Amino acid sequence: MVAPIVKVEPVAIPDSMKQWEGSLEQLRGLVSERAMTGETMLLNMGPHHPSTHGVLRLLLELDGEQIVTCLPDVGYLHTGIEKSIESKSYEKAVPLTDRMDYLAPMSNNMVFALAVEKLTGLDVPERAQVIRVICLELTRINSHLVWLGTHALDMGAMSVFLYCFREREYLLDMFEMLSGQRLMGSYIRPGGVWRDLPAEFMPALERFINYFPGKVDDYEKILTNNPLWIDRTQGIGVIEPDEGIALGVSGPSLRASGVNWDIRKSQPYSGYEKYDFNVPLGEHGDVYDRFYVRILELRESLKIIQQAMKNVPGGAFRSTNRKFVPPPRAELGRSMEAVIHHFKLWTEGYAAPDQEVFVAIESPRGEIGCYLHGTGGNKPRRAHFKTPSFMHISALGKIAEGHMIADLVGIIGSVDIVLGDSDR
Amino acid sequence: MGVISSKLGNMGVVTTTLDTAVNWARTGAMWPLLFGLACCAIEMMATQASDYDMSRFGMELNRASPRQSDLIIVAGRVTRKMAPVVRQLYDQMASPKWVLAMGDCASCGGVYNNYAVVQGVDEIIPVDVYVAGCPPRPEQLIHGVLTLHEKVRGESLAQWVRE
Amino acid sequence: MHIPKALDPVEAVKGAYPNAVLDVVQFRDETTLVIHPQEIVSVARFLRGTNGLIYNYLSDISSVDYFPDYNRPGRFGVCYHLLSMLYTRRIRLKVYLPEDEPVVPTVVNVWPAANWLEREIYDMMGIIFEGHPDLRRVLMPDDWDGHPLRRDAPLGYETVMFSFNVDEINKHKPYAQE
Repeated sequence: MVAPIVKVEPVAIPDSMKQWEGSLEQLRGLVSERAMTGETMLLNMGPHHPSTHGVLRLLLELDGEQIVTCLPDVGYLHTGIEKSIESKSYEKAVPLTDRMDYLAPMSNNMVFALAVEKLTGLDVPERAQVIRVICLELTRINSHLVWLGTHALDMGAMSVFLYCFREREYLLDMFEMLSGQRLMGSYIRPGGVWRDLPAEFMPALERFINYFPGKVDDYEKILTNNPLWIDRTQGIGVIEPDEGIALGVSGPSLRASGVNWDIRKSQPYSGYEKYDFNVPLGEHGDVYDRFYVRILELRESLKIIQQAMKNVPGGAFRSTNRKFVPPPRAELGRSMEAVIHHFKLWTEGYAAPDQEVFVAIESPRGEIGCYLHGTGGNKPRRAHFKTPSFMHISALGKIAEGHMIADLVGIIGSVDIVLGDSDR
Repeated sequence: MGVISSKLGNMGVVTTTLDTAVNWARTGAMWPLLFGLACCAIEMMATQASDYDMSRFGMELNRASPRQSDLIIVAGRVTRKMAPVVRQLYDQMASPKWVLAMGDCASCGGVYNNYAVVQGVDEIIPVDVYVAGCPPRPEQLIHGVLTLHEKVRGESLAQWVRE
Repeated sequence: MHIPKALDPVEAVKGAYPNAVLDVVQFRDETTLVIHPQEIVSVARFLRGTNGLIYNYLSDISSVDYFPDYNRPGRFGVCYHLLSMLYTRRIRLKVYLPEDEPVVPTVVNVWPAANWLEREIYDMMGIIFEGHPDLRRVLMPDDWDGHPLRRDAPLGYETVMFSFNVDEINKHKPYAQE
């Protein structure tokens, strides 16, 4: 008796779940005419592909190994976050923003918090602003570490991945100290931050600051002058500065092309103008420059954190405007007013005017913007997020044209996309 | 494995039931599909990286091809657009195969109770183990995997024959 | 390098296209120019290409639905968030579109970045961008019915499972079989 270990017949997919099986005619105009005659090959890459950094689908038209057209298809992670925010009060929408760009949750919190603050005219105390800067820069390091690890893994360097994730655990431990969650902290809230820095946070940060620069040196030792790495990255996926601006590329990907544009410098928020840091710029705009700009950004972020942690002012960590920010627990036992505020804020929330605001900040990936439109009531009419990954994927087709298919993996990695960020 | 080590005689002969041997083999090298969807995939990567090191359980090898993998960890929210793809991947896997729904979104839709997200991946593929958390900590995922191993150890070949 | 003196965008647009500007709104240091939908391309080109303005970067295009009882010129609003990297300032152009015919000319030829942003709005709000080279759905599946981000589209809420209703829900929930 032999057990039928391998089942031969696949289970039939219900008709409603069948994948799109389009005809060539539907692609007329999107791919070149050569594909219509079968001269070039159409290849589907993704949505389940290990090196697309998530669930990106690319429809490639190939001439041999050369890419003729690259049609990205996103939406496989479209979660309806914007629609969900419309049915939640401003405070309760914060956890949803975490889950957009899941490598940099604090940046999403930050842009949403800034938009709400701008819409309602809420103040943020000095201490909260400095804590926010520390968190944002830690998030930047965190995001760049995941990026570096996975990007190097795509290009065949396994060990960098393990090193990066080792260092990342330090950061996640610190985020856990702050918010109780490793990834999705929802720590930055409208009006400040969720709670004060815990006592063990500063020593942990101190340890990290002393420990981390040596590790960046290690990554550089492995990659920066590695001939294999250079061969695979230099001259690949060049974004010209003008082209990058026109296509909406932003962040390190744009700075690698030599465009000196960093929102932290040019339109500072949360007190970034007080810190002394450089904006690393690339020259050629290729995959290597995008890699190196991010490595330099790791060091610049450390510099900002070092300056910020020396000057954390005292005072409130969250606005004391009780119409917007709930009172601390301890007050509830003493003051009737605090109970009323607490009840009102956690049931109804606060109202924002029937106006619109747009706020953009520099996330690790680029310019993340939040368009928020109030109703006059406690829920927003519309929250729209402009996300860097969405713009980068839309530019991917232009960048990848004419390259070999093996280089495409490097290009996807180098523009640093997160599909949750793109699809929302 | 108790059976094997206790019955290890001087002659180097192992006697055990076929069930135990097969299940030992299945749990000892249960290769997951390299398949990440959203935030949970990052924690899944962390589970496989330095600190948590899932290779202790014979699971370091993520196969990119569904044909070579035994376990699909649905790590993240499954959207309506992605659902057919997940089902297709599941169908392409060779039996025996197991499904682990990692995180709230894969288990029940999580915080996204809306038009875009499938309210639990069990509407598309049968799930063996659910892991709660948004996202679950690596320890939780490891616990989920060990629970699955526990389940596999309880299976018998007769079941597969009957099916 | 000689940098031309920055111009006031509101005055400049009003001077060049007196009929295009329907309204100017100031809110929290943000300037919104409400533009006639048919003039959006020429105003966009003017803002992008005029010395002293140079809004060269399209930050975002977003849409808003004022359903159900709106006191605005139209049910839909489309907002173009422009950024001038040279003068580090932003401006918002806004067009209002009627419910029965939400059509606006595309600005892809002014900023190529608008391509996917407009596709997203078409997908989510059902606003047609006239002259767009590739107006397909981008986020939702091709065969999706309706436009989910319109205010009259349902959220698609499913009843949450609790211990008191778990049996009831399990009866209807389409659990998959192997």
